[in-house]
Amino acid sequence: MSGAGANVCNRVSLASALTVLQERAQRGATRENRGMHVRYSVLPGFGPTLGLTLTWLSLIVLLPLAALAIHAAGLGWSGFWHEVLTPRVLAAFRVSFTTAFAAALINLVFGLLVAWVLVRYRFPGQRLVDALVDLPFALPTAVAGIALSSLYATNGWIGAILAGWGIKVAFTPLGIVMALTFVGLPFVVRTVEPVLQDLPAEEEEAAMSLGASRWQTFSRVILPALAPALLTGFALAFARGLGEYGSVIFIAGNMPGISEIVPLLIIIKLEQFNYHGATAIGTMMLMLSFVLLLVINLLQSWMRTRHHAQ
Amino acid sequence: MLSKAAPRHAERPVLRDPLWVRWSLTALALGFLALFVLLPLLTVFAEALRQGFAPYFEALAEPDALSAIRLTLLVAAIAVPANLAFGVAAAWAITKFEFSGKSFLITLIDLPFSVSPVISGMVYVLLFGLHGWFGPWLRAHDLQVVFAVPGLVLATMFVTFPFVARELIPLMQSQGTEEEEAAASLGAGGWQIFWRVTLPNIRWGLLYGVLLCNARAMGEFGAVSVVSGHIRGQTNTMPLHVEILYNEYNFVAAFAVASLLALLALVTLAAKSVLEWRWGEDVSGRGH
Repeated sequence: MSGAGANVCNRVSLASALTVLQERAQRGATRENRGMHVRYSVLPGFGPTLGLTLTWLSLIVLLPLAALAIHAAGLGWSGFWHEVLTPRVLAAFRVSFTTAFAAALINLVFGLLVAWVLVRYRFPGQRLVDALVDLPFALPTAVAGIALSSLYATNGWIGAILAGWGIKVAFTPLGIVMALTFVGLPFVVRTVEPVLQDLPAEEEEAAMSLGASRWQTFSRVILPALAPALLTGFALAFARGLGEYGSVIFIAGNMPGISEIVPLLIIIKLEQFNYHGATAIGTMMLMLSFVLLLVINLLQSWMRTRHHAQ
Repeated sequence: MLSKAAPRHAERPVLRDPLWVRWSLTALALGFLALFVLLPLLTVFAEALRQGFAPYFEALAEPDALSAIRLTLLVAAIAVPANLAFGVAAAWAITKFEFSGKSFLITLIDLPFSVSPVISGMVYVLLFGLHGWFGPWLRAHDLQVVFAVPGLVLATMFVTFPFVARELIPLMQSQGTEEEEAAASLGAGGWQIFWRVTLPNIRWGLLYGVLLCNARAMGEFGAVSVVSGHIRGQTNTMPLHVEILYNEYNFVAAFAVASLLALLALVTLAAKSVLEWRWGEDVSGRGH
């Protein structure tokens, strides 16, 4: 009730304040003409809040990342590649790339399926299922790691069944794929869901009234419209998979060259006080994440223009 | 928005998938979720209670477990309010004012999301470790950052850095600045405007961001693993304690501590869902 009252108050004061605002806005316009970058606003606090933001950002995020970059630059060009181009490091990158890619691919298919079912169908317990999709975001990675490891161990609930068929998951690269599928699932579902929700029904109806089958409508009308969102979700899941550590190390077995991921190799180098090696590999990873971030941003702006074009 | 006015797809008979398609797709999706998401969650509790309740509570009452719980709470109690204050300040500057370089600033704030947790921890080792930039100075003054609580707090702050800001920015953007401008023109000061006008409008979104920030702060593993040094009873947070117990094949104790973290995740999810269902638009900024 008090909230509603405050709202009414705000509306009233809004009307009475309009004239004042217009005067101030005019003054603001003249100030802008004097070449200020900041457009004049009647609101206080720009200086302190932006100052705090930039200081905090620099101290917590930018300075530490700069330290990594400067350390890496100190290695020199040949020193850098000397650390990166070793068989063990390259093998770790290969393992990380292939497993993250495979997991993102699984999530692309099943993430679309889950989003489709959540948006288009109604079934009992739907809200619970919807909340469950976010579990991989909320569950600490170490907890997911030991749970998956027990689940897929040869005496675990799933592992025992698979062992009967001669499939070994825990302590193999397949186990890494399972862990990365777990952590990556919400990315695809939550990226595709809102786009699927806002798809205009008219296009589908038009396709079907022109004689397209349900499958043709899906593959020719719906899927192309979802493509940017699907690719964004895929890229997000892939990027997360590349950097993931906690959920993987328990199930991976961590055999150098076979199931050793890049983040683990960085930790191993740090524990051996091999800061040069850790720096070089870490910088490679960081550059890869920045490239992926750029790709994701481009995909998202593509998604937005698509969305608005509709 | 178009879809708001138009009837839902499910309600248009032409677009309704045949019953067998609906049933089989739903079954497939639920089967996938059960296998990949629900089963790991159930495993945590099943393994924790494998030998009954007595060993479960014994494992939780163990001094090392208690000190891990205390440390986790301490780290979150510092990192979450710090990022809350930062997130509110950043959202205020970004949404209430126009300035150049704004979208670049938002990208920078989001940056920790795209950095591997291991690297988030490693950068602090390079800065404050024994061989890091400030290492010799810290050593000369008998201060320790890495392998001590300050390092854990810093690494946690790094990984949880964007949570509050990125919830608030779209929300406050969608609410505009009219109400605050009206208050300012009536003579309200900065703090008054924030407490009386802005905060009531953003409280649910703020709570949402804090919840997610807290869940990540308490559950973070990779980043703190690098800076912790794994000293039992001293620099072990709960997730790190889980790792040690698991690697010692002390499965019941490992899953007992893990079950507390899983409960935290479930409580976070439940609160998050309630916020979304009841105050959906006030939380996300969509639909304004």
